[in-house]
Amino acid sequence: MKTAINLSNDSSVQAETNKNVKISVNNFNLFYGEKQALYDVSLDIYEKEVTALIGPSGCGKSTFLRSINRMNDLIDNVKISGDIIIDNENIYRTNDVIKLRTKVGMVFQKPNLFPMSIYDNVAYGPRMHGIKNKQELNQIVEESLRGAAIWDEVKDRLKTSALGLSGGQQQRVCIARAIAMKPEVILMDEPTSALDPISTLKVEELVGKMKKDYTIVIVTHNMQQAARVSDRTAFFLNGEVVEYDKTDTIFSVPKDKRTEDYITGRFG
Amino acid sequence: MNKIKDHLLRGILWFSSLLTIVILVTIIGYIFVKGYKLINFDFIFGDYSPTGGGGIWPMVVTTIYTIVISLLIATPIGIFAAVYLQEYAKQGRLVRIIRFATESLTGIPSIIYGLFGAVFFVATLNFGMSIIAASLTLTIIILPVVIRTTEEALKTVPQSYREGSLALGTTKLQTLLKVILPSAVPGILSGIILSMGRIIGESAAIFLTAGTVAALPEGIFSSARTLTVHSYLVTQESGDIELASAIGIVLIVIILVLNLTATYISKKLNKAD
Repeated sequence: MKTAINLSNDSSVQAETNKNVKISVNNFNLFYGEKQALYDVSLDIYEKEVTALIGPSGCGKSTFLRSINRMNDLIDNVKISGDIIIDNENIYRTNDVIKLRTKVGMVFQKPNLFPMSIYDNVAYGPRMHGIKNKQELNQIVEESLRGAAIWDEVKDRLKTSALGLSGGQQQRVCIARAIAMKPEVILMDEPTSALDPISTLKVEELVGKMKKDYTIVIVTHNMQQAARVSDRTAFFLNGEVVEYDKTDTIFSVPKDKRTEDYITGRFG
Repeated sequence: MNKIKDHLLRGILWFSSLLTIVILVTIIGYIFVKGYKLINFDFIFGDYSPTGGGGIWPMVVTTIYTIVISLLIATPIGIFAAVYLQEYAKQGRLVRIIRFATESLTGIPSIIYGLFGAVFFVATLNFGMSIIAASLTLTIIILPVVIRTTEEALKTVPQSYREGSLALGTTKLQTLLKVILPSAVPGILSGIILSMGRIIGESAAIFLTAGTVAALPEGIFSSARTLTVHSYLVTQESGDIELASAIGIVLIVIILVLNLTATYISKKLNKAD
């Protein structure tokens, strides 16, 4: 089975793209204590594309996403083996998690803005990295909010509490907060699962626009969403990557029976 | 049938809250009625006279001394300890033991602390009966309170704040100082208010460590008498309920002022964010 994945990756897919590999994952395993959560995950994530991770609950897709910026370090007893390489740097060999997380931003499942003003939320990251100049901060905040397509909605209330915004607006400010660090990769962990359909649509549109500047990896529960926003899709099941291919291919001619069953809604 | 039950339950709830309020109002009312006649400028700011008719200024000063000194020592230590236990320590056996110990410490009668203070601070460290000995004893009494309430306050800060901050490439210390502690300030302050209540209410431990000298303290190494101890002695020695009640009024006002100040500071800090 594993050879089948590698074949599809190496020959057909890579041949038809000139994109660079941004993140290369090789035989990555992850354990929570004794329990193994990821089995030999190997896949290449391409620069300035949207890669979707799909699969039923508990399949390891979020765990995998959180391995890319080492958020799993926060949990005791997590052990890993294998490599995740971003731009030729093995992220588990360096100890500079700060640098890694500056380069790899993250948007979470539920909007998690801090109890501060909208401005302070977006300026938080740059400030913590030593930017004090007011003009520079103003510029970063405006650019980031524009980049997250929320500037027009909040420009008159930047100094008011961010928690007064609607859920959808909050999530876009979260995206702005991530953009403010000028990352190269943005990880999104089911970013629309707590949003209404209209806000979801806005975030999806935004993701589509953002991929010209960023490499995006998005975990989603919603297969239509994966089909709409992503260039490539990886299907996770029980901690393994069952199939990884161009999104069109996955959704039209899946190679694995389990992928087909999942995307046609037979389980999950 | 259900309706009757409902009415009955409402009745019980209503009666319980009413009873609580009535008791509280009665006590405070009684103290005020008994003591308000004695309250005047000279009573509060006048020097104490053993023959009667004097003021309580030395005790007011001593009380404020003990509150300020114990809080100055206990608050930073308590907050640091709680931050360590909650945010840094590996949640294992040692932390469980420390938590169990702090919890047990809150339950120990204060006279025990007083005896310890008398033996250790007064005698062994040779501070003598003094404000500093009493304040250090009080520090030990309120430390578990500060630690517990700070820990609870830190627990209520959503994990998503920590993740959100760390995911932006900030250090643990930055996250702690800029996101976690500010969100926990109201809880921490309520712990400090609770501690002030304990300090003001304490008599046995202070009696054993600061003594009962009813004169304006010259410094923190002077033996002195707090308001609570004074109130106890006045009742005990001369049965002067009116004087004790007047002291009670002053104590209530001090607590009120301190609580309002703490609430005000908390609001100010929240606005600053």
